[in-house]
Amino acid sequence: MGGGAGRTALRVATGAVLVFIYVPIALVVVYAFNASGTSAWPPSGFTLEWVDAALANTGLQQAFLTSLVAAFGATIVALVLGSLAALAVSRYTFYGRETISFVVILPIALPGIVTGMALSTTFGSLHFPLGLVAIIVGHATFCVVLVYNNAIARLRRTARSFEEASADLGADTFQTFRYVTFPALRSALLAGALLAFALSFDEVIVTIFTAGGVKTLPIWIFQSFRLANQVPLVNVAGLAAILLSVVPVYFATRLTSTVTGRA
Amino acid sequence: MTATAPSLPASPVPDSGSALRRLSRWLHAHPRVRLGLVLLLPIAWLVVAYLGSLLVLFLNAFWSRDPFTSLVVRDFTLDNFVKLLTTAVYGAVALRTLTMAAVVTLTCVLLAYPIAYYMAKVASPRTRAALAVAVVMPLWASYLIKAYSWRLILSDDGVLNWLLSPLGVKGPGYGDVAVWLVFTYLWLPYMIIPVYAGLERIPDSLLEASSDLGGRAAMTFRRVILPLSIPAVAAGSIFTFSLTLGDYIVPGLVSTTQFIGNVIYVNVAQDLPLAAAYSLVPLIIMLGYLAIARRFGAFEAL
Repeated sequence: MGGGAGRTALRVATGAVLVFIYVPIALVVVYAFNASGTSAWPPSGFTLEWVDAALANTGLQQAFLTSLVAAFGATIVALVLGSLAALAVSRYTFYGRETISFVVILPIALPGIVTGMALSTTFGSLHFPLGLVAIIVGHATFCVVLVYNNAIARLRRTARSFEEASADLGADTFQTFRYVTFPALRSALLAGALLAFALSFDEVIVTIFTAGGVKTLPIWIFQSFRLANQVPLVNVAGLAAILLSVVPVYFATRLTSTVTGRA
Repeated sequence: MTATAPSLPASPVPDSGSALRRLSRWLHAHPRVRLGLVLLLPIAWLVVAYLGSLLVLFLNAFWSRDPFTSLVVRDFTLDNFVKLLTTAVYGAVALRTLTMAAVVTLTCVLLAYPIAYYMAKVASPRTRAALAVAVVMPLWASYLIKAYSWRLILSDDGVLNWLLSPLGVKGPGYGDVAVWLVFTYLWLPYMIIPVYAGLERIPDSLLEASSDLGGRAAMTFRRVILPLSIPAVAAGSIFTFSLTLGDYIVPGLVSTTQFIGNVIYVNVAQDLPLAAAYSLVPLIIMLGYLAIARRFGAFEAL
């Protein structure tokens, strides 16, 4: 609709939005190799100095590892909770079903500071130590929705008759899950897990409330904003953070689109 | 999937004696128990632990802080709320944050709609798939780094001023405009994705029908496309609105202005009950917003 002029206008708007989205990300890459190490534009030259310094920085390495562990832990918990919740909501009718789907969305729909405050206050009251485990608990809470959404979309498309056929053929509950339900869910769960990993790896608002003294990569980056000698390393760390979030998401998108035939 | 499908157990005839088999049969006969087992962990985590901790936060708002020891005193009081309501700055900060969230949401809708429309209704399937990936990917690229990048762009000797200097003008620098720009930038994909999905679900036949009935492009847009895309816009706005309400990092990076998040963040260490009381402001605003968004069908479009 709209004829040629409308189409052209839409095309220009689309291009402009893409430029708006990608220029700041491209700049981070440029600054990671900028010789001057300041915000001054244009860059004064190309250097690998900051990359070397970042690779040698033990604090940064430690933070990177901590983030990997936290994201891994949160993803496992989110996988279990998200797929169970999706199974319950899609395969059973029960009082409070709507509530379950609402409570799954809630941690991501509420402002991060509310979730962060609530968790840190509760941990404080229970004398539960802040740190890596607390971080994983917090991350898992808002990562559940990613696994849940992927799993439930798949379960709704998978006919229940397959499971009934399996039972009719003599398979028990566990066999049906193992040989019928799970294989149908597998790629959706993997996509959800990759998204959960990426979200956890990147999260900072809730993390600050639950971390205690533990530094994840985003917390390291956040604290480095104020340390003049680490500022040039921030861009390199940022480059690593971007790659580690974007690569899983790329595969998650491929996984869901090849199976469903939709982008 | 056939290549990786595990081979079925050799004997399809159940050996009805095994304990697992008996458990399975019992579970099959008791669907409520089965449901209970499936729901046990999600309910324990999300309902008991998560909603429970929101309740703890709520309770803390009615407690107070001992001025000498800084410890929380667990006696019911409304002092925190009285303080929040009678000290002008808290109201002003809340109003400022609410305005910012509304303006950012509106800007995101205006920027997201054309690209989402182009993706859903104009682009070829190949371009559409490529654009979908192009829009989704930056959503996951480090939030902090994207915000920090704007700090570099907007700095005095940054890219923007360098670009504008031949024209003899300067960029907005750090401040409220910068906060608005950065929020819009960060949350834009959260709006584009649901709006694109929503527009894609509108069957082309509806648009053809409208045009067959004599509706011109503008009319079709206003009377058919726009009303049908409202649930998707509402779904996207949940994110743009909520994320702006609770963010304390962006304002600190590109301005000196205080938003709800900053006030809560600063008070957590000093006066936890007051911070808890104040955090009920975005919580209540957001619950109200979710209720409204739900009426517009946002939950079906998430």
